Amino acid sequence: MTFLHYLRCFWGITTREGLRFVNQRERFLSALVRPLVWLLIFAAGFRSVLGISIIEPYETYILYEVYIAPGLIGMIQLFNGMQSSLSMVYDREMGSMRTLLVSPLPRWFLLLSKLFAGVAVSIVQVYTFLAIAWFWEIEPPAFGYFSLLPALVLSGLMLGSLGMFLSSAIKQLENFAGVMNFVIFPMFFASSALYPLWKMKESSEWLYELCWLNPFTHAIELIRFALYGQMNWTSFAYTAIATIIFLSLAVYGYDPSRGLITRKKISAD
Amino acid sequence: MSNNVINDKAPALSVSNLTHHFGKLCALEDATLQVFPGDFTVLLGLNGAGKTTLYSLITRLYNNRSGSIKIFDFDLHQQSSRALSKIGVVFQQPTLDLDLTVAQNLYYYASLHGLSKKLAGERMKEELSRMKILDQLKKKIRELSGGLRRRVEIARALLHKPEMLLLDEPTVGLDVSSRQAILEHVRNLCHKDRLAVLWATHLIDEIDEGEKVVILHEGEVLASGFVEEINKKVNTSNIRDAFNLIIKSGKKI
Repeated sequence: MTFLHYLRCFWGITTREGLRFVNQRERFLSALVRPLVWLLIFAAGFRSVLGISIIEPYETYILYEVYIAPGLIGMIQLFNGMQSSLSMVYDREMGSMRTLLVSPLPRWFLLLSKLFAGVAVSIVQVYTFLAIAWFWEIEPPAFGYFSLLPALVLSGLMLGSLGMFLSSAIKQLENFAGVMNFVIFPMFFASSALYPLWKMKESSEWLYELCWLNPFTHAIELIRFALYGQMNWTSFAYTAIATIIFLSLAVYGYDPSRGLITRKKISAD
Repeated sequence: MSNNVINDKAPALSVSNLTHHFGKLCALEDATLQVFPGDFTVLLGLNGAGKTTLYSLITRLYNNRSGSIKIFDFDLHQQSSRALSKIGVVFQQPTLDLDLTVAQNLYYYASLHGLSKKLAGERMKEELSRMKILDQLKKKIRELSGGLRRRVEIARALLHKPEMLLLDEPTVGLDVSSRQAILEHVRNLCHKDRLAVLWATHLIDEIDEGEKVVILHEGEVLASGFVEEINKKVNTSNIRDAFNLIIKSGKKI
């Protein structure tokens, strides 16, 4: 297998993910509507309740909508990561995972390609969301749209690999409601997506600690700073380390000799 | 199928003393079987016999902990990439993307094997023509009948010119004419292209006289050989009676 084979394979996996996304208009629409409902309705309602003082990276008082925009970008990537990775374990999709894994290219490469393809899709969703959000006064500096991109790649990889690891490890999470209740909601609410962590600290010290440990918090902070052309090194380091850990676990999970997948009996014999 | 000279006496697939457990459940026990180039070998077993487990191990969805699997001269553990490049697989579950067209599905599969777009385009036309479904190229899978979908999956499995084809109950749920057409095509591939075929099924009427059969029951290979040999050993006149007798006794012959 030469470099060209790898390149063709990567391109093939990315194209397929893109085509599937374009063909599933419902998925695209719900990926957009979900954060927009939060932005347009939830944030409007809470605007007066939750005043936000001046915090980094913002230079002035901001509207609540502006504060939660990075959290909603994180939400798009969280849903996308869970959907594209966990869909592999659903019965309908198990077949396509087997098609992927029977390729002669190394498994780590196949999984990584699939992850990158998922991240690419999530990035399209995020920029579409930002384009609409601009009309609701979410107006980051022009440079922010560019500096956001590497942050989105890293946070997308982290969330995608978490989903991929879960898909190999947890048999019980075979419907999306389970994933919503046990992964998405806890990660989303115990983070800085909807409220700054100092607000959480006022309510409960241990909840604050929990939110700080949540890797999703750091993905959001990385996005928040990047959107304003700044770098949050702590969040970057935390997100990068979490990505490496989740990715290693995902590759381990799908390793044919040691992985957790060996414990799962494939249905239908 | 390949330009390489194939030694007909060397097995395309050689499974030796293969055992596999899922927790306490023993899915395969000391299974040994061989498939040769040009042979249409039927893996016959009831539902739950261990056929899909065997296919999962041969396609390296997971590794075997004991025993060995060789594809031509390549050990599946040590030379997995070269071994996997020799096989084409049709899984029991449908594995095509329903919202994509036939061509898009085939291009995707070809890319997984590192084929260029040009070569993939040529090969898919060739394979779809052989199955007489070239006119379906631009249709979405969702619009195709179950029989046509299966044919697309078989064409897809042949895109990278494998030397062995593994099919896991490919005719389940299809009507009689689709079943016949698929069986005929795969038998032709065997005879004309010297392709080694392992065809898993629980349908006894899919076996022809003069073909090789491996009887798998509760994870054990109870019998293997030509239909006539098996009939002779258990003193029956047809493979249906032989199969019933063998699985009833549960003993190796």
